[in-house]
Amino acid sequence: MPFMTFAKEGMRAAWPICIGYFPLGLAFGILAQKAGFGLLDIALMSVVVFAGSSQFIGVAMLSSGAAPTSIVLTTFMVNLRHFLMSSSLAVYLHGAGRRFISLFAYGVTDESFAVNMVRFREGPWHPYEALTVNHIANFAWIASTILGGYGGQFIPAGSFGIDYALSAMFLCLLAFQLRGRRYLLTAVISGALASIIALMVPGNSFVVAGSLLGATAGFALARYAERKRRSCARC
Amino acid sequence: MPDADYILLIAAMGLVTYIPRWLPLYFLSQRKLPSWFVEWLDLIPVAILSSLVFSDLFVIGNPRHLDILQMKSIVAVPTFLIALRTKSLGWTVISGMMLFWVAERFFSG
Repeated sequence: MPFMTFAKEGMRAAWPICIGYFPLGLAFGILAQKAGFGLLDIALMSVVVFAGSSQFIGVAMLSSGAAPTSIVLTTFMVNLRHFLMSSSLAVYLHGAGRRFISLFAYGVTDESFAVNMVRFREGPWHPYEALTVNHIANFAWIASTILGGYGGQFIPAGSFGIDYALSAMFLCLLAFQLRGRRYLLTAVISGALASIIALMVPGNSFVVAGSLLGATAGFALARYAERKRRSCARC
Repeated sequence: MPDADYILLIAAMGLVTYIPRWLPLYFLSQRKLPSWFVEWLDLIPVAILSSLVFSDLFVIGNPRHLDILQMKSIVAVPTFLIALRTKSLGWTVISGMMLFWVAERFFSG
Protein backbone atom coordinates (compact mmCIF):
# COMPACT_ATOMS: atom_id res chain seq x y z
CA MET A 1 0.00 0.00 0.00
CA PRO A 2 1.36 3.43 -0.87
CA PHE A 3 2.21 5.98 1.77
CA MET A 4 -0.79 8.20 1.05
CA THR A 5 -3.25 5.36 1.68
CA PHE A 6 -1.68 4.66 5.06
CA ALA A 7 -1.92 8.33 5.95
CA LYS A 8 -5.53 8.54 4.82
CA GLU A 9 -6.66 5.46 6.74
CA GLY A 10 -4.73 6.64 9.78
CA MET A 11 -6.40 10.03 9.66
CA ARG A 12 -9.83 8.48 9.31
CA ALA A 13 -9.21 6.49 12.49
CA ALA A 14 -7.63 9.40 14.35
CA TRP A 15 -10.10 12.25 13.93
CA PRO A 16 -12.35 11.30 16.86
CA ILE A 17 -9.28 11.27 19.10
CA CYS A 18 -8.49 14.79 17.92
CA ILE A 19 -12.02 15.91 18.87
CA GLY A 20 -11.52 14.42 22.31
CA TYR A 21 -8.07 15.95 22.75
CA PHE A 22 -9.05 19.40 21.63
CA PRO A 23 -11.04 20.52 24.70
CA LEU A 24 -8.62 18.77 27.02
CA GLY A 25 -5.63 20.38 25.33
CA LEU A 26 -7.31 23.78 25.44
CA ALA A 27 -8.06 23.28 29.12
CA PHE A 28 -4.47 22.31 29.79
CA GLY A 29 -3.18 25.36 27.90
CA ILE A 30 -5.45 27.70 29.84
CA LEU A 31 -4.50 26.14 33.16
CA ALA A 32 -0.77 26.30 32.42
CA GLN A 33 -1.01 29.88 31.20
CA LYS A 34 -2.87 30.91 34.36
CA ALA A 35 -0.16 29.18 36.41
CA GLY A 36 2.42 31.40 34.70
CA PHE A 37 3.75 29.09 32.01
CA GLY A 38 4.84 30.68 28.73
CA LEU A 39 3.81 29.37 25.31
CA LEU A 40 7.27 27.87 24.83
CA ASP A 41 7.07 26.09 28.22
CA ILE A 42 3.70 24.62 27.26
CA ALA A 43 4.88 23.56 23.80
CA LEU A 44 8.01 22.00 25.24
CA MET A 45 6.06 20.01 27.79
CA SER A 46 3.49 18.78 25.24
CA VAL A 47 6.19 17.68 22.81
CA VAL A 48 8.49 15.99 25.30
CA VAL A 49 6.00 14.54 27.79
CA PHE A 50 2.85 14.05 25.64
CA ALA A 51 0.65 12.60 28.37
CA GLY A 52 -2.48 14.51 29.34
CA SER A 53 -2.84 13.48 32.95
CA SER A 54 0.89 13.77 33.71
CA GLN A 55 0.97 17.24 32.26
CA PHE A 56 -1.97 18.40 34.35
CA ILE A 57 -0.34 16.91 37.42
CA GLY A 58 3.00 18.44 36.46
CA VAL A 59 1.57 21.94 36.20
CA ALA A 60 -0.44 21.57 39.40
CA MET A 61 2.54 20.25 41.34
CA LEU A 62 4.98 22.80 39.92
CA SER A 63 2.74 25.71 40.84
CA SER A 64 2.23 24.35 44.35
CA GLY A 65 6.01 24.21 44.73
CA ALA A 66 6.49 20.44 44.82
CA ALA A 67 10.00 18.99 44.60
CA PRO A 68 11.09 17.98 41.08
CA THR A 69 11.82 14.42 42.22
CA SER A 70 8.27 13.93 43.49
CA ILE A 71 6.88 15.37 40.25
CA VAL A 72 8.94 12.92 38.20
CA LEU A 73 7.98 10.02 40.46
CA THR A 74 4.28 10.86 40.21
CA THR A 75 4.58 11.12 36.43
CA PHE A 76 6.17 7.70 36.38
CA MET A 77 3.38 6.19 38.51
CA VAL A 78 0.65 7.74 36.37
CA ASN A 79 2.25 6.42 33.19
CA LEU A 80 2.81 2.88 34.35
CA ARG A 81 -0.48 1.88 32.73
CA HIS A 82 1.17 2.46 29.35
CA PHE A 83 3.50 -0.39 30.21
CA LEU A 84 0.49 -2.68 30.02
CA MET A 85 -0.81 -1.08 26.83
CA SER A 86 2.52 -1.38 25.04
CA SER A 87 2.71 -5.02 26.12
CA SER A 88 -0.66 -5.67 24.45
CA LEU A 89 0.33 -3.78 21.31
CA ALA A 90 3.58 -5.74 21.05
CA VAL A 91 1.60 -8.83 20.03
CA TYR A 92 0.55 -7.05 16.84
CA LEU A 93 3.90 -5.48 16.10
CA HIS A 94 5.77 -8.73 16.17
CA GLY A 95 9.01 -8.47 14.25
CA ALA A 96 8.71 -4.74 13.53
CA GLY A 97 11.97 -2.84 13.19
CA ARG A 98 13.54 -1.39 16.30
CA ARG A 99 13.59 2.11 14.86
CA PHE A 100 9.90 1.88 14.01
CA ILE A 101 9.14 0.62 17.51
CA SER A 102 11.00 3.50 19.10
CA LEU A 103 9.09 6.02 17.00
CA PHE A 104 5.79 4.25 17.62
CA ALA A 105 6.26 4.05 21.39
CA TYR A 106 6.35 7.84 21.66
CA GLY A 107 2.71 8.04 20.59
CA VAL A 108 1.19 5.33 22.77
CA THR A 109 -1.61 6.97 24.76
CA ASP A 110 -4.87 5.66 26.25
CA GLU A 111 -6.76 6.81 23.16
CA SER A 112 -4.39 5.84 20.36
CA PHE A 113 -3.88 2.49 22.07
CA ALA A 114 -7.60 1.74 22.20
CA VAL A 115 -8.23 2.81 18.61
CA ASN A 116 -5.26 0.85 17.26
CA MET A 117 -6.14 -2.27 19.26
CA VAL A 118 -9.63 -2.37 17.71
CA ARG A 119 -8.22 -1.95 14.21
CA PHE A 120 -5.45 -4.49 14.70
CA ARG A 121 -7.93 -7.02 16.01
CA GLU A 122 -10.42 -6.51 13.21
CA GLY A 123 -7.59 -6.23 10.67
CA PRO A 124 -6.08 -5.61 8.25
CA TRP A 125 -4.31 -2.74 10.00
CA HIS A 126 -0.81 -1.88 8.94
CA PRO A 127 1.75 -0.71 11.52
CA TYR A 128 2.19 2.45 9.47
CA GLU A 129 -1.51 3.21 9.78
CA ALA A 130 -1.20 2.77 13.52
CA LEU A 131 1.82 5.05 13.52
CA THR A 132 -0.19 7.69 11.64
CA VAL A 133 -2.91 7.52 14.30
CA ASN A 134 -0.32 8.06 17.04
CA HIS A 135 1.30 11.03 15.40
CA ILE A 136 -1.84 12.79 14.23
CA ALA A 137 -3.23 12.52 17.74
CA ASN A 138 0.09 13.81 19.03
CA PHE A 139 -0.06 16.78 16.68
CA ALA A 140 -3.64 17.59 17.69
CA TRP A 141 -2.63 17.49 21.36
CA ILE A 142 0.38 19.78 20.93
CA ALA A 143 -1.56 22.24 18.77
CA SER A 144 -4.54 22.40 21.15
CA THR A 145 -2.39 22.96 24.25
CA ILE A 146 -0.57 25.83 22.54
CA LEU A 147 -3.88 27.25 21.34
CA GLY A 148 -5.22 26.99 24.89
CA GLY A 149 -2.19 28.80 26.25
CA TYR A 150 -2.64 31.50 23.64
CA GLY A 151 -6.33 32.30 23.55
CA GLY A 152 -8.34 29.70 25.45
CA GLN A 153 -9.57 32.23 27.97
CA PHE A 154 -11.98 33.51 25.33
CA ILE A 155 -13.84 30.20 25.29
CA PRO A 156 -16.31 30.05 28.18
CA ALA A 157 -15.94 26.97 30.37
CA GLY A 158 -18.43 24.19 29.73
CA SER A 159 -19.74 25.37 26.37
CA PHE A 160 -21.08 22.72 23.99
CA GLY A 161 -20.47 19.97 26.51
CA ILE A 162 -16.72 19.94 25.86
CA ASP A 163 -16.22 18.79 29.45
CA TYR A 164 -17.81 15.53 28.46
CA ALA A 165 -15.79 14.77 25.33
CA LEU A 166 -13.21 12.64 27.10
CA SER A 167 -15.76 10.70 29.15
CA ALA A 168 -17.75 9.92 26.00
CA MET A 169 -14.58 8.84 24.23
CA PHE A 170 -13.58 6.41 26.99
CA LEU A 171 -17.13 5.03 27.13
CA CYS A 172 -17.08 4.28 23.43
CA LEU A 173 -13.60 2.76 23.57
CA LEU A 174 -14.84 0.51 26.36
CA ALA A 175 -17.90 -0.47 24.32
CA PHE A 176 -15.58 -1.57 21.49
CA GLN A 177 -13.79 -3.92 23.87
CA LEU A 178 -16.85 -5.86 25.03
CA ARG A 179 -16.60 -8.70 22.55
CA GLY A 180 -17.76 -11.55 24.75
CA ARG A 181 -18.59 -12.78 28.20
CA ARG A 182 -15.04 -12.87 29.53
CA TYR A 183 -14.47 -9.26 28.47
CA LEU A 184 -17.68 -8.12 30.11
CA LEU A 185 -16.76 -9.95 33.30
CA THR A 186 -13.25 -8.48 33.31
CA ALA A 187 -14.70 -5.01 32.72
CA VAL A 188 -17.08 -5.22 35.67
CA ILE A 189 -14.44 -6.59 38.05
CA SER A 190 -11.75 -4.10 36.99
CA GLY A 191 -14.09 -1.13 37.08
CA ALA A 192 -15.40 -1.98 40.52
CA LEU A 193 -11.92 -2.66 41.88
CA ALA A 194 -10.49 0.53 40.39
CA SER A 195 -13.30 2.58 41.94
CA ILE A 196 -12.83 1.00 45.35
CA ILE A 197 -9.07 1.53 45.22
CA ALA A 198 -9.58 5.13 44.06
CA LEU A 199 -11.77 5.73 47.12
CA MET A 200 -9.42 4.10 49.61
CA VAL A 201 -5.93 4.85 48.34
CA PRO A 202 -4.86 8.40 47.53
CA GLY A 203 -2.90 9.03 44.34
CA ASN A 204 -3.26 7.61 40.86
CA SER A 205 -2.37 3.96 41.32
CA PHE A 206 -6.00 2.86 41.00
CA VAL A 207 -5.99 2.44 37.21
CA VAL A 208 -2.93 0.20 37.19
CA ALA A 209 -3.96 -1.75 40.30
CA GLY A 210 -7.61 -2.13 39.22
CA SER A 211 -6.76 -3.33 35.73
CA LEU A 212 -4.00 -5.75 36.79
CA LEU A 213 -6.22 -7.36 39.41
CA GLY A 214 -9.29 -7.30 37.16
CA ALA A 215 -7.54 -8.81 34.14
CA THR A 216 -6.00 -11.52 36.29
CA ALA A 217 -9.36 -12.34 37.88
CA GLY A 218 -11.06 -12.41 34.46
CA PHE A 219 -8.28 -14.60 33.10
CA ALA A 220 -8.51 -17.04 36.02
CA LEU A 221 -12.31 -17.26 35.75
CA ALA A 222 -12.20 -17.82 31.98
CA ARG A 223 -9.60 -20.58 32.43
CA TYR A 224 -11.65 -22.15 35.19
CA ALA A 225 -14.82 -22.12 33.07
CA GLU A 226 -12.96 -23.64 30.16
CA ARG A 227 -11.50 -26.44 32.27
CA LYS A 228 -14.90 -27.22 33.71
CA ARG A 229 -16.47 -27.34 30.27
CA ARG A 230 -13.74 -29.62 28.98
CA SER A 231 -14.04 -32.05 31.88
CA CYS A 232 -17.81 -32.15 31.42
CA ALA A 233 -17.48 -32.97 27.75
CA ARG A 234 -15.67 -36.09 28.81
CA CYS A 235 -18.22 -37.16 31.43
CA MET B 1 12.08 31.61 28.11
CA PRO B 2 12.23 28.20 29.83
CA ASP B 3 15.13 28.06 32.28
CA ALA B 4 17.58 25.18 32.74
CA ASP B 5 15.74 23.72 35.75
CA TYR B 6 12.50 23.56 33.81
CA ILE B 7 14.14 21.93 30.81
CA LEU B 8 15.76 19.36 33.09
CA LEU B 9 12.43 18.60 34.77
CA ILE B 10 10.65 18.25 31.42
CA ALA B 11 13.39 15.94 30.17
CA ALA B 12 13.02 13.73 33.25
CA MET B 13 9.22 13.71 32.94
CA GLY B 14 9.56 12.86 29.26
CA LEU B 15 11.89 9.98 30.06
CA VAL B 16 9.61 8.38 32.66
CA THR B 17 6.71 8.78 30.22
CA TYR B 18 8.58 7.28 27.30
CA ILE B 19 10.20 4.31 29.01
CA PRO B 20 6.98 2.49 30.05
CA ARG B 21 5.67 2.99 26.50
CA TRP B 22 8.85 1.85 24.82
CA LEU B 23 10.25 -0.98 26.94
CA PRO B 24 7.55 -3.67 26.39
CA LEU B 25 7.24 -2.85 22.70
CA TYR B 26 10.98 -3.00 22.20
CA PHE B 27 11.49 -6.33 23.91
CA LEU B 28 8.18 -8.16 23.55
CA SER B 29 7.80 -7.48 19.82
CA GLN B 30 10.99 -9.44 19.09
CA ARG B 31 9.99 -12.77 20.58
CA LYS B 32 7.14 -15.23 20.56
CA LEU B 33 5.09 -14.89 23.74
CA PRO B 34 3.62 -17.86 25.64
CA SER B 35 -0.06 -18.39 24.85
CA TRP B 36 -1.32 -17.90 28.44
CA PHE B 37 0.47 -14.55 28.53
CA VAL B 38 -1.13 -13.47 25.24
CA GLU B 39 -4.50 -14.57 26.59
CA TRP B 40 -3.95 -12.48 29.75
CA LEU B 41 -2.70 -9.48 27.75
CA ASP B 42 -5.84 -9.76 25.65
CA LEU B 43 -7.89 -8.81 28.73
CA ILE B 44 -5.69 -5.83 29.65
CA PRO B 45 -7.32 -3.30 27.26
CA VAL B 46 -10.84 -3.89 28.53
CA ALA B 47 -9.54 -3.85 32.12
CA ILE B 48 -7.76 -0.53 31.68
CA LEU B 49 -10.63 1.17 29.87
CA SER B 50 -13.15 -0.06 32.39
CA SER B 51 -10.97 1.17 35.28
CA LEU B 52 -10.77 4.57 33.61
CA VAL B 53 -14.51 4.72 32.85
CA PHE B 54 -15.79 3.56 36.25
CA SER B 55 -13.52 5.85 38.23
CA ASP B 56 -14.30 8.73 35.88
CA LEU B 57 -18.06 8.30 36.18
CA PHE B 58 -18.61 7.24 39.77
CA VAL B 59 -15.72 8.57 41.83
CA ILE B 60 -15.79 12.34 41.90
CA GLY B 61 -14.72 15.39 43.86
CA ASN B 62 -11.82 16.24 46.12
CA PRO B 63 -11.62 14.47 48.53
CA ARG B 64 -12.84 11.63 46.32
CA HIS B 65 -16.19 10.07 47.07
CA LEU B 66 -18.61 7.65 45.45
CA ASP B 67 -21.54 9.20 43.60
CA ILE B 68 -23.43 6.72 41.46
CA LEU B 69 -26.26 8.91 40.22
CA GLN B 70 -25.31 12.30 38.88
CA MET B 71 -25.32 14.10 35.53
CA LYS B 72 -22.11 12.51 34.29
CA SER B 73 -23.12 8.92 34.98
CA ILE B 74 -26.73 9.36 33.81
CA VAL B 75 -25.65 10.82 30.47
CA ALA B 76 -23.26 7.87 30.21
CA VAL B 77 -26.20 5.47 29.72
CA PRO B 78 -27.50 6.86 26.39
CA THR B 79 -23.91 7.62 25.31
CA PHE B 80 -22.94 4.01 25.91
CA LEU B 81 -25.99 2.76 23.98
CA ILE B 82 -25.10 5.04 21.08
CA ALA B 83 -21.56 3.64 21.16
CA LEU B 84 -22.85 0.06 21.00
CA ARG B 85 -25.33 0.92 18.29
CA THR B 86 -23.27 3.14 15.95
CA LYS B 87 -19.85 1.60 16.66
CA SER B 88 -18.47 5.01 15.79
CA LEU B 89 -16.11 6.90 18.07
CA GLY B 90 -16.79 10.20 16.34
CA TRP B 91 -20.57 10.01 16.61
CA THR B 92 -20.40 8.84 20.19
CA VAL B 93 -18.16 11.73 21.25
CA ILE B 94 -20.33 14.28 19.47
CA SER B 95 -23.65 12.92 20.75
CA GLY B 96 -22.23 12.48 24.26
CA MET B 97 -21.17 16.12 24.30
CA MET B 98 -24.57 17.26 23.01
CA LEU B 99 -26.47 15.11 25.52
CA PHE B 100 -24.37 16.43 28.38
CA TRP B 101 -24.77 20.00 27.22
CA VAL B 102 -28.55 19.66 26.91
CA ALA B 103 -28.83 17.80 30.22
CA GLU B 104 -26.87 20.51 32.01
CA ARG B 105 -29.08 23.27 30.59
CA PHE B 106 -32.32 21.55 31.49
CA PHE B 107 -31.65 19.85 34.76
CA SER B 108 -29.19 21.94 36.71
CA GLY B 109 -31.17 24.93 37.86
